[in-house]
Amino acid sequence: MIELRQVVKRYGDVNVVDHVSLAIPRGKITSLIGPNGAGKSTLLGVMSRLIKKDGGEVYIDGQELSQWDHCLLSQRVSILRQQNHVDLKLTVRELVSFGRFPYARGSLQKHDWELVDQALEYLKLTDMQDKYIQHLSGGQRQRAFLAMVIAQDTDYILLDEPLNNLDMQHAVEIMRILRSLVNVLGKTIVIVLHDINFASCYSDYIVAMREGRVVQEGDQDLMMNAQVLKNIYNLDFAITEINEQKICVYY
Amino acid sequence: MGRIRSVYLLVPLILLTFVSLFLGLKDFPGQARQIIALSRLPRVLSIILAGMSMSIGGLIMQQIAKNRFVSPTTASTVDAAKAGVLASLILFPQASSLGKMVVVFFFALAGTFLFMAILRRIKFKNAVFIPLLGLMLGGIIDSLTTFVAYRYDLIQNINSWLMGNFSMVTQGRYELLYLSLPLLAVAFLFAHQFTIAGLGEEFAVNLGLNYNFIVNLGVTIVALLSALVIITAGRIPFLGLIVPNVASLYYGDNLKASITATALLGSVFLLAADLLGRVIIAPYEIPIGLTVGVLGSMIFLFLIFRSEGR
Repeated sequence: MIELRQVVKRYGDVNVVDHVSLAIPRGKITSLIGPNGAGKSTLLGVMSRLIKKDGGEVYIDGQELSQWDHCLLSQRVSILRQQNHVDLKLTVRELVSFGRFPYARGSLQKHDWELVDQALEYLKLTDMQDKYIQHLSGGQRQRAFLAMVIAQDTDYILLDEPLNNLDMQHAVEIMRILRSLVNVLGKTIVIVLHDINFASCYSDYIVAMREGRVVQEGDQDLMMNAQVLKNIYNLDFAITEINEQKICVYY
Repeated sequence: MGRIRSVYLLVPLILLTFVSLFLGLKDFPGQARQIIALSRLPRVLSIILAGMSMSIGGLIMQQIAKNRFVSPTTASTVDAAKAGVLASLILFPQASSLGKMVVVFFFALAGTFLFMAILRRIKFKNAVFIPLLGLMLGGIIDSLTTFVAYRYDLIQNINSWLMGNFSMVTQGRYELLYLSLPLLAVAFLFAHQFTIAGLGEEFAVNLGLNYNFIVNLGVTIVALLSALVIITAGRIPFLGLIVPNVASLYYGDNLKASITATALLGSVFLLAADLLGRVIIAPYEIPIGLTVGVLGSMIFLFLIFRSEGR
């Protein structure tokens, strides 16, 4: 389980993350939603140790981040951030194989390569595994990075707006893959999403943030409520059910 | 572009080694063995080692600085090493090569860390701007060196030290270069880690790599290799810049796949440049710094235009 207690992150005088306490439910997809600048990405960064917090504690499976061995933690938690500038000439397969580094340190065994193949297949990259990543489209590259994270095979997967750069078809595909990672393999996924309807259709738990604080959190069913959403976004929402999915209209 | 297995690069390496060993030897009947043992073999070995050292140094620099145009010569490593040569000439004129080497190493290390520290603070990470920054920093260090050298009347002395030249390499004057072998071995061992560091700090941390350790290890290896080459052979421009780029064209940037090719290509290129310098105005020689510079700048321009064309 990932548990946050009174986490604070400051940039200058501003508390970008302001005393956030949160428990991420295991074996579920938790979406972080909220307007721009709400501190979602920063919170995800703090959770994953990529961003140093200024206060509070983050517990991963009962152990505070600072107590974790660096390498062991990377077998437990993986993160994919929004901006991934990689200028190296690497093939998709090489990139995905780096996901095995926490286990294999450089010399991958048969089992590692099996997981690499599996991750490639999961994200439908098998055909282009020998292409260089700079020659891919934005969406394909995004899938390659995701495949790397999946090859890392961690209990917790943190994703910062993974649907950026993806067309509708691939966005839906990715969400379905994440869903099956949770349903079949029992992973726990925390994901920052901008599209409220994606959050509605694919997540179990929703955490809404605003100005560095958690405004409201709860099961997807409870959160997809016109009054709750109005509180978060300052917009009027109409919510209708289509195929048993709650869809918001706010345009 | 088909990949040629990197071991095939051994063929030109062995070929050039033989030519280099025996070229013109028939003019000295009866003395051939002595010439080979005292002069030719040391020369060839030192060229092979220096070629590997400079190109691997460049390769590591390019990965950890995340920039294709960075190398020991454009990241002020070599200029700082030159200041180190001056310091050792003034402070320890009686010191052995090993003693001088230690001084030069610490200067090279300080210069490279200074460059990396500036790089970390700079937000504007333009591909061309960063090597220019290194050249500017190198220029500042170089002018300070020149100023002090002028005061001590050592300008000629230091320039002759730094002129890349293998004709002065004879038995007893190059063995220090063997120290590069363990360094190259470490570079090979950590090849995978250098590539992950090249993906960027966030990727590296996510994958559980000790990022700062790898960067510092890389900088230390580069500074040591540069110091060794400068003390024994002098300054060899462009090699660390060009060889890794050419190798990357064929073998990509996964160091595990490209490091062998880079090392061999460095030796082949340097051997060829040395032979050329020996042949063009025989029986005189053109210093290798010049041939490498001319050949290297042409290839460098080609690489730049090629990347612009994309």
